[in-house]
Amino acid sequence: MMQLLRDARLVFVKDLRIELRARIVIAQIVPFGVLVLLLFAFALDPRRGMLPTVAPGLFWITVLLASILAVGRSIAVESEHGARDGLRLSGLDGGAIFVGKVGAIVAELLALEVLLLLGTFVLYDVSADGILVLTLTALAATAGIAATGTVYGVLASGAKVRETLVPLLVLPITAPVLLGASKAFESALSGRSGEAWPWVQLLGVFAALYLTVGFVAFGALLEEA
Amino acid sequence: MPIVTVRAAVCVLGRFPALAGADLDVDAGEIVLLAGPNGAGKTTLLRVLAGLVPLRAGSVHVLGHDLIANRRAHRRRLSLIGHDTFCYDDLTVAENLRFAARAAGATLASADAALLQFGLDEISEIAHSKLSAGQRRRLALAVAFARDPELLLLDEPHAGLDADGRDLLDALLRAAPARGMTVLVASHELDRTRTIATREVRVENGIVFGGRRVEDRAQPRIAEASAPVAAVASPAVGDVVG
Repeated sequence: MMQLLRDARLVFVKDLRIELRARIVIAQIVPFGVLVLLLFAFALDPRRGMLPTVAPGLFWITVLLASILAVGRSIAVESEHGARDGLRLSGLDGGAIFVGKVGAIVAELLALEVLLLLGTFVLYDVSADGILVLTLTALAATAGIAATGTVYGVLASGAKVRETLVPLLVLPITAPVLLGASKAFESALSGRSGEAWPWVQLLGVFAALYLTVGFVAFGALLEEA
Repeated sequence: MPIVTVRAAVCVLGRFPALAGADLDVDAGEIVLLAGPNGAGKTTLLRVLAGLVPLRAGSVHVLGHDLIANRRAHRRRLSLIGHDTFCYDDLTVAENLRFAARAAGATLASADAALLQFGLDEISEIAHSKLSAGQRRRLALAVAFARDPELLLLDEPHAGLDADGRDLLDALLRAAPARGMTVLVASHELDRTRTIATREVRVENGIVFGGRRVEDRAQPRIAEASAPVAAVASPAVGDVVG
């Protein structure tokens, strides 16, 4: 178990370090997310009264789209200079690699979500209620999205059309996350946090399912990539 | 003690049998030169030993592991130098080395020692993307040694190195058995590599000539190999193998 955690930490630190160096998240993914949020706000401006109602859904659509970029980036760093072979040859446990990569994507997306949430409060005229629900929803939904993206990302990594294949695979599968997270946020932001818990539980189950599948299958999927 | 045992190994890449019934024995502490023309199967043989490529038929045992049953279990104990560096563009020389060493369970001291050995200490904070081709080759070699492997698989290791780098590599390879390493080198630089190798085998058309120990050679080899190959070989290759 300690070995596994050590291996996962190694991959986590490596992926985050690469992202901090390359500044893809800061220079591309965050601006992309903010831009999507702004465009939605402009598009819906004539009916400003409905912004607080649609804000949770728009927030999570933005996160989901940004997650495609983050997952794509996570795959791309392993495709240069035979790095994927290097990772396979490293001897690191497949499950540990999965946990490390998911952890790095979760960290990147959570940072993005904090910024987007601040933007949502400003642009969409909503207030910060139910912090606990918002936090748990964000953690569970982000873990689910990152786990799903990493599983399907490695599955598509050998394909020449992986850039377009990943969204086609990931977006339909993560529809329950979009629904659950939007509903939970909607409840929390409208002061009805009690109604959010079933959705938070759904998100937890989804995340646990894909984390388990990914942990078990990632090593084999990496071999076939 | 055998470190590598390959029997009647058949490996098909696409429709082409890159290995067509290869046999090979390598004992601990040997430095084996794999000689042969381009496309003979040398690179594939090294990748099979590393567990990167599965076999269609035959058997492979490396470092006591049956690679048909599990192609991953032995990887922490070996290093492969291929045509790529297996490094990350946005990590520095030192970071790439430390990541590889720690992944293999080697110490950071081992990574730092490799950094010095390969003369990379002055560029240790430079990103991989900023290195020249020769510096990248040195880094790839340093990564391989930093992992403290029991089995070192080298595919054209001298390629891209300057004269000093080549001499340094030769010296390290000569010293490798004393450090507990067994080495397989695929190379076209035969004159240079023959001065290092303790044994030479020839690879042609996916078959290793002289790969098996003398006492084992009485056993049938081509007969074992040709049956599965015939099923997958193109006519031209089939003629050669048959």
